[in-house]
Amino acid sequence: MSQETDKTDRRGFVSDGVRVLGAIALGTTGGFLAGRKGRRDRYVWQIDPDLCMACGNCATHCVLDVSAVKAVQCYPLCAMCDVCTGYFDLAHVHRDTAAENQLCPTGAILRTHIAEQAGVPRFEYHVDEPNCIGCGKCVEGCAMMNGSLYLQVRHDRCVNCNECAIAVACPTQAFRRVPAAGPYLLKKKAREAVEREGRAG
Amino acid sequence: MRKLPAILLAAALAAAAAEARAQELLSRPEIAGHAIPTTEFPEPRATGREYLDVAVLAGALALATHLALARRSRRGLLALAIFSLVWFGFFRDGCVCSIGAIQNLALALGDPTYVPSFAVLAFFLLPLGVTLFFGRTFCAAVCPLGAVQELVLVRPVKVPGWLEHTLGLLPYVYLGAAVAFAATGTAFLICEYDPFVGFFRLGGSVNMIVLGACFLVIGAFVGRPYCRYLCPLGVLFGWLSKVSKWQVRIPPEACIKCRMCEDACPYGAIQEPTVDQSLAERLRGRRRLAGLLVLLPVLVAAGFWLGQRLDVPLASLHPDVRLAEQIRLEETGKATGTTDASEAFRKSGRAAAELYAEAIVLRGRFATAGRWLGAWLGLVIGGKLIHLSLRRRRVEFQPDPANCVACARCFQYCPEHRARTAGREDLSIIPSAE
Repeated sequence: MSQETDKTDRRGFVSDGVRVLGAIALGTTGGFLAGRKGRRDRYVWQIDPDLCMACGNCATHCVLDVSAVKAVQCYPLCAMCDVCTGYFDLAHVHRDTAAENQLCPTGAILRTHIAEQAGVPRFEYHVDEPNCIGCGKCVEGCAMMNGSLYLQVRHDRCVNCNECAIAVACPTQAFRRVPAAGPYLLKKKAREAVEREGRAG
Repeated sequence: MRKLPAILLAAALAAAAAEARAQELLSRPEIAGHAIPTTEFPEPRATGREYLDVAVLAGALALATHLALARRSRRGLLALAIFSLVWFGFFRDGCVCSIGAIQNLALALGDPTYVPSFAVLAFFLLPLGVTLFFGRTFCAAVCPLGAVQELVLVRPVKVPGWLEHTLGLLPYVYLGAAVAFAATGTAFLICEYDPFVGFFRLGGSVNMIVLGACFLVIGAFVGRPYCRYLCPLGVLFGWLSKVSKWQVRIPPEACIKCRMCEDACPYGAIQEPTVDQSLAERLRGRRRLAGLLVLLPVLVAAGFWLGQRLDVPLASLHPDVRLAEQIRLEETGKATGTTDASEAFRKSGRAAAELYAEAIVLRGRFATAGRWLGAWLGLVIGGKLIHLSLRRRRVEFQPDPANCVACARCFQYCPEHRARTAGREDLSIIPSAE
């Protein structure tokens, strides 16, 4: 019987030891990662617009009913064209705001007349965000000209899934984790245009 | 001569195109009195909700532990499971979960620039810490994946031992693969193939919904199929639970060996008391164990060797390596057509050599990951064989702490427990080591 007690004690000692080791391991992992040098920042998902092909997956693969991805206008890059390839369907009949002439399936791009310069009318194009579904049709069209329209994850909507469902479906690996302190990305040429604008202003 | 205008037109167009390319962009016209509008960029959601979630997690863990070990209340655990399903499943859309957090930690180990957030760390460490002391009470009523399977189980069937042990190896494989793929930055497998997140979000890809539906239908007959045969976190829980200080103990005092608990457990976790073996049987068992102990290093070495040969097929699952392979095929003229990824790469204007260099580095990392994965699988198979031939002396019916998810079904069936609760006696926590 005493042998039995010894055995139980030995087993108890071993499990106590393993438990203490386990607690130390968990504590060190937590401490090591929590105290890791570098940005003490959360990560959020964002689209690198230089890699985005406007394939349309953003509209359909987001876990939200209406995608967290929306089209964004980079105004300094927009040439305010009359014949906007991001606004008009290539097969448009008239150059007006009628739905059949528009590229956007939800009419989320708003065309506003600003001025007429040397007989050329100039327009501004805004994204009406509540209506945008992030399909990227305007982005694809605008890419034929300046490419001022681009897709971005809107962080007021994004629920920041651990693995973004659109990132899995993205054919060009344009989705990546970025620090929450700089949660939006610009195209290279947009950065240049914004800088130019900043210098001029 | 009639072709001349066409040639001239083509030349003029080419010149215009060349000019456009030189300029690249149409410039924005200056319009007096009209300022350039600015675009709104909303900030990411505040971290307040993360802290709330961690607080709810800690509270739910404490309550589940209390209900499973002190109150021994099945009804209370079911109510908590429903709450967890609603809060962690439907309300939080099932993300981030403790199971998925393994990958964030693996990524952090593989990529020194990545820092997992506070919530991820808490969701990973809190349940493991609790399991280390109180067993798998997280599985009982806090994990939304466990809760949904707990609730759909209507007609449990017994899984034969050989199948149980064979399928029981899958979580180890899944854990190894998930860590390898997350540490190399390839993919978060656990999230991609999570069967229930589509159900929690009431939407998702067809594959996800079909997989989830399959698990729920199977789960009506086989108790917790995901937890037992797939959950990678269950592996860690099993280890920690083995050494936990307080464990689920079925009879409050003496076991009368009525086998009621064994019939009640849908998860095959109840171990029967052992019968004493004859000397010949003991010797045979000892010889088998010695053989398996010799076999273990052989299996690990074989896995190590086989694993490193998997670097090329494993690496080609990484999107950057796949892109490099595609670019290489296109450069050498062996590819028919281009892919979206290769077009995007060319548009970005990066040098192909840079991409190749990255792919070679990645392949090296996959060779390392493959070696560890192979060694791990060898260790798991060897360890399973050894575990099956180890004999522990048991005198009463007790749940195997590694498999017991503290669902509290067995308590209700235990005549001893019923006699005690009828007398309204206080059932305090019963330590495992007496």
